[in-house]
Amino acid sequence: MTELRGFYTLWLREVKRYFRDKVRIVSSFFQPFLWLVIFGTGFRFSGQIGELNYQEYLFPGIIGQALLFTSMFMGISVIWDKEFGFMKEILVAPISRVTIFLGKMIGDSTDAALQGTIIFLVAALIGIKVDPLTYFAALPVMLLITFGLVSIGLTIASFMRSLESFGVIQSFINLPLFFLSGALFPLTNPGIPEWLQTASKANPLTYGVDALRTIILGEAWQPLQALHVNLAVLGAFDVIMIIIGTWAFTRMK
Amino acid sequence: MNKVIETFKLTRMFNELTAVDHLDISVEAGEIFGLLGPNGAGKTTTISMLCTILKPTSGTAKVNGFDIVKESRQVRKSIGIVFQDPSIDDRMTGRENLFMHANLYGVPLSEQKSRIDNVLKLVELEDRADDLMRTYSGGMRRRLELARGLIHYPKVLFLDEPTLGLDPQTRDHVWKYIRELKENHDITIVLTTHYMDEADKLCDRIAIMDYGKIIALDTPAKLKETLEGDVVIIKANNLETLSALITEKLGLQNARIINGTVEVTMKNGKSMLPRIVEVATQNNIFVESIALREPNLEDVFLYYTGRTIRADSSRERHGFLAIARRRIK
Repeated sequence: MTELRGFYTLWLREVKRYFRDKVRIVSSFFQPFLWLVIFGTGFRFSGQIGELNYQEYLFPGIIGQALLFTSMFMGISVIWDKEFGFMKEILVAPISRVTIFLGKMIGDSTDAALQGTIIFLVAALIGIKVDPLTYFAALPVMLLITFGLVSIGLTIASFMRSLESFGVIQSFINLPLFFLSGALFPLTNPGIPEWLQTASKANPLTYGVDALRTIILGEAWQPLQALHVNLAVLGAFDVIMIIIGTWAFTRMK
Repeated sequence: MNKVIETFKLTRMFNELTAVDHLDISVEAGEIFGLLGPNGAGKTTTISMLCTILKPTSGTAKVNGFDIVKESRQVRKSIGIVFQDPSIDDRMTGRENLFMHANLYGVPLSEQKSRIDNVLKLVELEDRADDLMRTYSGGMRRRLELARGLIHYPKVLFLDEPTLGLDPQTRDHVWKYIRELKENHDITIVLTTHYMDEADKLCDRIAIMDYGKIIALDTPAKLKETLEGDVVIIKANNLETLSALITEKLGLQNARIINGTVEVTMKNGKSMLPRIVEVATQNNIFVESIALREPNLEDVFLYYTGRTIRADSSRERHGFLAIARRRIK
C-alpha cells in the first residue's frame, strides 16, 4: 500500500510538472506544426505514397518523433533532481527502487503521450482528417512506445552528472533513431540499400511508427509488419528496458 | 536510559581515506546530540551511514533498535533527515512537497492534512504554503525542510549542518524550532555542525570529531571545564618571544599564536594578568591589550587537536561550495 502511494505521488509529480511548464506546451504545438505544414506541404508535391499524400503519410511519423524526443528528454529530470537535491529525498524514502523507477517512468510516459496527443490536435487544426476513435486506439500504442524509450532516457541520465552532457543524447540517439524509423520516408522504397533496411529493423521506433500508421491510416497503409508483430516487438523492448532501468536506479546513490 | 542510536566500530573508507574510523557512540532517547568538527571530519559520512544512504565498510549501528545494514527499511521509517544541501522540488508548492513526503513515508491519508497544517504552523509558513518553492528564500526553504522531516513522526531527526549558509537572524529562528521540537515532541535529534556556538547553544551532549574519530564527548559545560580555567588573550608587538617567555618564565605550556594575539589557557587567569605584563615589560615587549574570557568550544577543540577548527583551508572549501550551492538555488 505504501508502495502504491509512493508510485502515485511520483507519477503525479511528473504530470503536474508537465502542465506547469507552459513554455514547453506552447513549443510542443509549434514544432509539429512546422513539420506538418512546411515540411509536409513541401514534400506533398514530390509525389504520392500509395494512395496517401505525403502530409498524411508524415503525420504518424511526427507522432513517433514527438514520442521519441519527449521520452528521451525526460531523462533530464533525473539529472535535474540529482543536481537540485530532490533525488535524495526520494532515494532515502522507505519505498523500493522498483517503485521509484516505475513511478517516474510511467509519469514521464504519460507526459510523452500527452505530447503525442498534442500532435493529433495540431493535425486536426491543419485539416488532416482524424477520427477521435482513432486517437483512443492509438493512445495505448503511444504509451507502449514511450515506456521503453523513457526507460532508456532515465537509464542514461542515472549515470550522468551534468545537464550539459545530456545533450549528446540528441545527436547520438535521438536523430539516428528518428531517421531510421521510417518516420520521414518509406523504408520500402525501391532502391533503399540493404544496410539502411537492416539498421531500421534493429530500431524499436520503426515498429512503433509502423503500428501507429496501421492504426491511423488504416487500409491506405501497407504495413511493414502485422500489427500484432509490431506490438510484440514493442512489448519485448519495453520489458528489457524497464529491467535495465530498474537496475540502473537500484545502483544510483 | 534508553539508547536510540548505538554504533559498533562503525567504519567507512573511501579508497585509501578512512572517513569514519571505528566509531563507538550511543545517543540517548530525547537528547539533542551534536557532532562537531571541521569540514571533512567525517560528520556527514557518519550521518549518511546512520540514515542508510551509505553502507559502512565495516562495523554497524542500530537506530531505533534496527540494524542499519540489515533492516534499512525500518530504519528509514524511524528517521527524518534534513540534508546539508537543499532537497526540495522548487517547481512544486511547499504544501505539495509536504504531501509528497507524507505519501512516500506512508502517512495515513486521513491524517495527512492535519499533520501538514501542524508542521506548517510550527515553522510559520502557513501563508506561503501554496506558493511555488522557487519563490522562497533560503531560510524559508530550510524551515520547510525541517517541517518535512517531522511529518511522519520520526523517532530520530538528523540535521546535517542545519544552519549552513543562513543569515544570523534565520539561524536564531531555526535554533528556536529545534529547541521547541525537543520540548514538545518525543524525538531525539542528532545534528552536525562546524559552528561552535551552534553546538554550544543547542546540544545536550557533543561529540567532537576529527579525522573520523571522536576525540571528546560530553556536555558542553563539562567539555569546557576540562580546560580548567580562563583564556587570556594578549595583543603585543612581539608575539613569538612573548609566547616563548610565557612558557619559560610562567610554566604555562599551551601558549599559541592566533589571529595576531597570544592565547593561553590557565587557572586563576585574573591573578596571572599582572605577572604576564611584568614578564613582557622586563623583556622590552610592549603589551597593547590584555583580556580574559571563559573558554569556549573553540578552545576545547584546539586543546584536543592542536588546531583551530578553521585552520585547514582545503577542508573548508567543501563547506563553502555547499553555501554557494544553497545561495544559487
